[in-house]
Amino acid sequence: MIKAILIFNNHGKPRLSKFYEHYSEDTEQQIIRETFHLVSKRDENVCNFLEGGMLIGGSENKLIYRHYATLYFVFCVDSSESELGILDLIQVFVETLDKCFENVCELDLIFHVDKVHNILAEMVMGGMVLETNMNEIITQVDAQNKMEKSETFIFQSPRQDR
Amino acid sequence: MPAVSKGDGMRGLAVFISDIRNCKSKEAEIKRINKELANIRSKFKGDKALDGYSKKKYVCKLLFIFLLGHDIDFGHMEAVNLLSSNKYTEKQIGYLFISVLVNSNSELIRLINNAIKNDLSSRNPTFMCLALHCIANVGSREMAEAFAGEIPRILVAGDTMDSVKQSAALCLLRLYKASPDLVLMGEWTSRVVHLLNDQHMGVVTAAISLITCLSSKNPDEFKTCVSLAVSRLSRIVSSASTDLQDYTYYFVPAPWLSCKLLRLLQCYPPPEDGAVKGRLVECLETILNKAQEPPKSKKVQHSNAKNAILFEAISLIIHYDSEPNLLVRACNQLGQFLQHRETNLRYLALESMCTLASSEFSHEAVKTHIETVINALKTERDVSVRQRAADLLYAMCDRSNAKQIVAEMLSYLETADYSIREEMVLKVAILAEKYAVDYSWYVDTILNLIRIAGDYVSEEVWYRVIQIVINRDDVQGYAAKTVFEALQAPACHENMVKVGGYILGEFGNLIAGDPRSSPLVQFNLLHSKFHLCSVPTRALLLSAYIKFINLFPETKATIQEVLRSDSQIRNSDVELQQRAVEYLKLSSIASTDVLATVLEEMPPFPERESSILAKLKKKKGPGAVSVELEDGKERGELNGGGDRGGDAAIAASNASTPSPSADLLGLRSAAPVSGATPSAGSLLVDVFSEAGPAATSAGVNDDGFLRFVCKNNGVLFENQLLQIGIKSEYRQNLGRMYLFYGNKTSVQFVSFNTTVSYEIKSRILNVQTKTVEPLVEGGAQVQQVINIECLTDFIDAPLLNIKFRYGGALQNISLKLPVTINKFFQPTEMAAADFFQRWKQLSQPQQEAQKIFKASHGMDTEVLKAKLLGLGTALLENVDPNPENYVCAGVIQTKAQQVGCLLRLEPNAQAQMYRLTLRSSKDTVSQRVCDLLAEQF
Repeated sequence: MIKAILIFNNHGKPRLSKFYEHYSEDTEQQIIRETFHLVSKRDENVCNFLEGGMLIGGSENKLIYRHYATLYFVFCVDSSESELGILDLIQVFVETLDKCFENVCELDLIFHVDKVHNILAEMVMGGMVLETNMNEIITQVDAQNKMEKSETFIFQSPRQDR
Repeated sequence: MPAVSKGDGMRGLAVFISDIRNCKSKEAEIKRINKELANIRSKFKGDKALDGYSKKKYVCKLLFIFLLGHDIDFGHMEAVNLLSSNKYTEKQIGYLFISVLVNSNSELIRLINNAIKNDLSSRNPTFMCLALHCIANVGSREMAEAFAGEIPRILVAGDTMDSVKQSAALCLLRLYKASPDLVLMGEWTSRVVHLLNDQHMGVVTAAISLITCLSSKNPDEFKTCVSLAVSRLSRIVSSASTDLQDYTYYFVPAPWLSCKLLRLLQCYPPPEDGAVKGRLVECLETILNKAQEPPKSKKVQHSNAKNAILFEAISLIIHYDSEPNLLVRACNQLGQFLQHRETNLRYLALESMCTLASSEFSHEAVKTHIETVINALKTERDVSVRQRAADLLYAMCDRSNAKQIVAEMLSYLETADYSIREEMVLKVAILAEKYAVDYSWYVDTILNLIRIAGDYVSEEVWYRVIQIVINRDDVQGYAAKTVFEALQAPACHENMVKVGGYILGEFGNLIAGDPRSSPLVQFNLLHSKFHLCSVPTRALLLSAYIKFINLFPETKATIQEVLRSDSQIRNSDVELQQRAVEYLKLSSIASTDVLATVLEEMPPFPERESSILAKLKKKKGPGAVSVELEDGKERGELNGGGDRGGDAAIAASNASTPSPSADLLGLRSAAPVSGATPSAGSLLVDVFSEAGPAATSAGVNDDGFLRFVCKNNGVLFENQLLQIGIKSEYRQNLGRMYLFYGNKTSVQFVSFNTTVSYEIKSRILNVQTKTVEPLVEGGAQVQQVINIECLTDFIDAPLLNIKFRYGGALQNISLKLPVTINKFFQPTEMAAADFFQRWKQLSQPQQEAQKIFKASHGMDTEVLKAKLLGLGTALLENVDPNPENYVCAGVIQTKAQQVGCLLRLEPNAQAQMYRLTLRSSKDTVSQRVCDLLAEQF
């Protein structure tokens, strides 16, 4: 099971956090900090797996991460998941984001948190993998966007938008 | 066209985010956020109805604020209202807010459930998926109650869309994990298994997670999935890289699903059906073969996906552990990976080999890679990989390579990362003991360990070396000589001084013949370290000195002078002062005979499970230590740990009355979960009985209970978070119990609450407690006093329930308080004639209770005596005509009455059996005391 999915930048600023187990808000923030601390001090080209921090369950769980330019994508998983499989899943997630945002960059994640959540929801649900086929995921996201657009044009008021 | 075009974002949101990003300081950011929160709040509170777009915008802003780590305490109601909107946009953002911000015990759940119910019955697949997602994200019990019946129907209905099926499968899985009792197996279960055959691979992907979980819990009900999984796997494995179209990932057909299928098969033993098994073996061979083929792409994703399947296939082969041919191929494949340039593969290969090492078919094959693994330990750049290498060395160690592996681990320790030193120390200590052919090698290894990594050597390790030296007389002289040499180093670790003090105090005489290590030289050497040591070590050294006086009368004057000095006899530490005073007195007034008796050599320790192993288990969690002490049988079981340890401590400091703080010291000395500090050690007291259970909440825990029948003080319970110590005293029919709750973490416990309950209504015990403070700081200890009055005799013990929050999680621990009827014994001395007269008076059948049982511990006389005294009775000497037997007498004091009690214990050393007979004026008492006591030997 996937316990949590975290995205943060090179300075530890969270860009997405999704927990599939319940923690208090404080603990969630602590977990993000702890995870950043563990992952960021590692050299490039070392292995992509390490034992989880104390807060998220210690050595029972593994952190599996990839570092892309300014962002870390970290999946915290228990022993029932294949490490390399999760690594591929991160790649699928990133490639999907890239397709959806056209050359995704950190700013896209910042300004479209809701979209990122939606895309993730098409892949992972309640900590388990729902779909691994990128085209299928993108089809779903496209369909949602169409629905959204048809509604937005009716309701958007262009004035006074703050 | 990109799925998200960048132009159509919400401008207000973008402006707000830019503002935040432009904030120069944390203060400015907080100010901006508070301004925005006030704005949104007023918008939500205002009379003007907000349109969907604005609501969405504000909710997005709240999500962004939440992500930055600020609490959001409003907006929940607005989000719930959005759920009932007909517009997708509004509904979707409502669900998003709830899945991120609402936790399972929110009061809003009922409202949310209503909205979900509507969406599930809407037959709009998009809405259904949103609702299912929400259930899976929140997953509360209330949701399970509402939907556990509905979702299986949606999952197996013929007309459900594929995307909804996928969501329904994972939703059901979530509910099953959260509340398994609410998800009832039924007609749908067999149809779920057939989802493995579904046309749509996405449905199979989602369903397999559900099926794996259900199978692991109810293997029999789902065993038809094995053949279905094998045939699905076989179709994938044999397909060409283009057959599966979108599910082909970098030229590998459906890697994720293949991994999951192989995992599912690991829930079951090898298939019994020959055809199915043949097909599976073929699949596994194909997977192994493919690993040798040239890659279809140079991309790392291609090899990743291929190897993900390969590693799962190897796990399955190891799990079956029945196909020697496949096992050897698996081992060879892993051997190749050990030298692969990809760090990830080296890591995984080391990890898989660890499990392979425990298979009898492949243990030898794994051992051939020893040089590579040692090399990995020395040269890997990544500490997580080095850690795996150390684990593997530990797993592949046996008698043939122990010396090499231990030597390598020791030399690695000199430069090892701090994070893994403590664990390495434990592993070295265990291997050294387990594979010690000659114990001088063992002693050398442990002393080296202390020299190299003294700070990381926990008490268990040096206690253990002392136990072993005391129990094996063939190594005592060597140990004394080695430790004497080690102490000559100008700077040596305090743990070395402890071991040295103890061993020279016991066996210094064995090397005293050599003028280079004459008694006075030994003493001066030890005493030169004295002033550099902490109080517990000094206390130990003082005990060593008094033992010297006994061993070597010629040192008496020198040592007495030391004891008499102000720095000892007026030491500000009570324990040290007391020892100095008492030892000085003892050495001046006792005759040599008395001195020799009091300071006799330590008796052998009862054989018990290595406490080091227990510690490693505790550190790594159960199951992590695959290697058990194979000669554990010879060593036997833990023998009433605490009592014996207590004796030992008293014997060591014999004349010194055990200080009243001894147990408290024991409590405090429990090392923190990750801590490596050798803390204020209290000699050998109690630590051995600490290998307590580590359950967090499961049921009532009464492991500790029986350990306290014959003793009043010690550690009742311990897990990773909490330690509970007990001191209790009883007089007549009254008792007072002090409970010490120690927070072992660095985080505070909140809502800490304890209740003592007594199940039987008819007042048999009168129990009064004072409540404890609801906050327990990290590292702190709080005390609770419980007053007990025994009204009449009883069987059931009061229950202690402890609840507190650690991090977010609620911890719930239930324990039986060790209040047993024998605590209210008053010992009664009587002569043989009296005893037999009373024995005869109590001759009615119901007045007697008898048990014959096998000894579960050693049958050492002193231990037995200590236990019988601990029971609270008087031990009567010269009463039973057979000196091997024990008889005891006592009166149990209750408010209602006094119950006289006679006891006879007849050990049979040859058969390792006991016969225990109890007679008392009340049948229930005889039975209860007999039951309790029978568990103690």
